[in-house]
Amino acid sequence: MAKIPIQVTVNGQTHQAEVEPRTLLVHFLREDLGLTGTKIGCDTSQCGACVVMMNGSTVKSCTCLAVQADGAEVTTIEGVADQGNLHPIQEAFWDNHGLQCGYCTAGMIMTSVELLQRNPNPTAEQVRAGLEGNLCRCTGYQNIVKSVLAAAERMGG
Amino acid sequence: MFAPEFEYHRANTVAEAIDLLSSNPGAKVMAGGHSLIPLLKLRLARPGVVVDIGGVAEMKGITIADGNIRIGALTTHWEIESSSQVAEANSLLAEAAGGIGDTQVRNRGTIGGNLSHADPASDWGTVLTALNATLEIRGPGGATRTASPTDFIVGPLTTTLGETEILTAVNVPVLAANQRAEYAKMAHPASGYAVVGAAVVVNVDGHTCTGASLAVGGAVPAPVRLTSVENALTGKELTFENIEAATAQADNDLGGEILGDFFASAEYRRAMAAVETKHALFHATEVAHH
Repeated sequence: MAKIPIQVTVNGQTHQAEVEPRTLLVHFLREDLGLTGTKIGCDTSQCGACVVMMNGSTVKSCTCLAVQADGAEVTTIEGVADQGNLHPIQEAFWDNHGLQCGYCTAGMIMTSVELLQRNPNPTAEQVRAGLEGNLCRCTGYQNIVKSVLAAAERMGG
Repeated sequence: MFAPEFEYHRANTVAEAIDLLSSNPGAKVMAGGHSLIPLLKLRLARPGVVVDIGGVAEMKGITIADGNIRIGALTTHWEIESSSQVAEANSLLAEAAGGIGDTQVRNRGTIGGNLSHADPASDWGTVLTALNATLEIRGPGGATRTASPTDFIVGPLTTTLGETEILTAVNVPVLAANQRAEYAKMAHPASGYAVVGAAVVVNVDGHTCTGASLAVGGAVPAPVRLTSVENALTGKELTFENIEAATAQADNDLGGEILGDFFASAEYRRAMAAVETKHALFHATEVAHH
């Protein structure tokens, strides 16, 4: 099958590549670009381990073709920190023990970034609703919610 | 999971997309990809060609004018959910959009893709049936036609859309001041999909129902109008007892085939169709809260 040329800006760096049409965005990020912070969990757009930001809104990168990201700006967990300084949401997850095994964490943080952009001062209930597309199989939700609320406060929501 | 191999074409206009469909028989259209990509990965669909219409600008956006809300087929659920103009013009649209899937699904999934995929557990088919929406469809040579949601969706994953046609927009009337609308769904706890969904639009004069448009989905292969319930309710005072008596007739309108699976049997869904309709009516008319 003919490969398709794409140009994707990931974490500020522009990449040109030729991909098979069936290549998933998550495979492009992990295997072609080596950005393995984004995880593949359920691979059926339910668990949210693969959430990245594309053109300013979150997407499950296991349910997006790399060709659909042509021309897009993508931010992965590797691009969230600012020159080595952790993002306030990352700090809050650290401080509040918002992760156990860590597998869901990248997705949780990417979704939280958007959640706090859309609603800078959410209630705990709104955080829970906002994270409905991210599953934590350690079931560490209590501290994840706590982390997002702490981040909101830190970010001056 | 990898999808099977397919050839990929990107269309920039509706006309281009229709040309691509005409020259590639059996091709599948992809909007946000949230129905098609899972099907491809599970190999439930194996098209030789995928036509990506995600970038067709003329199919995006919401225009509200002259009592009509025109939603481009590529408008995402999130765009509908978050539009304050939509919420003001038709609260049911915003409410239904916000209940679909999860944040990421709503960010990428489109109203047109959802309708064209025609999953019986989808919310839009039911809600747009109750709202008397009109779908705009484009075909080869600039041909256009319109269809009601029930003319369009005929069964699970089956629509009357031709191989070379594309759903381009959805038109929904602005709710009138005397109309109350609500959607009640029993959502599957994992997927959020409607096991049973009931959408109601009620015309009121004081406490009297002067007309109603009610639809059920999820439990049935394609959304159905509850005409028996509508007739039973029209002209009646909107009381707890009258709503309960009217919705008891929902069974008459569900048709011969009720869906059932290991999660919810057909018998159970049949019973819940009446219950969800009742709940939607209670909420819409503020007679009671469930």
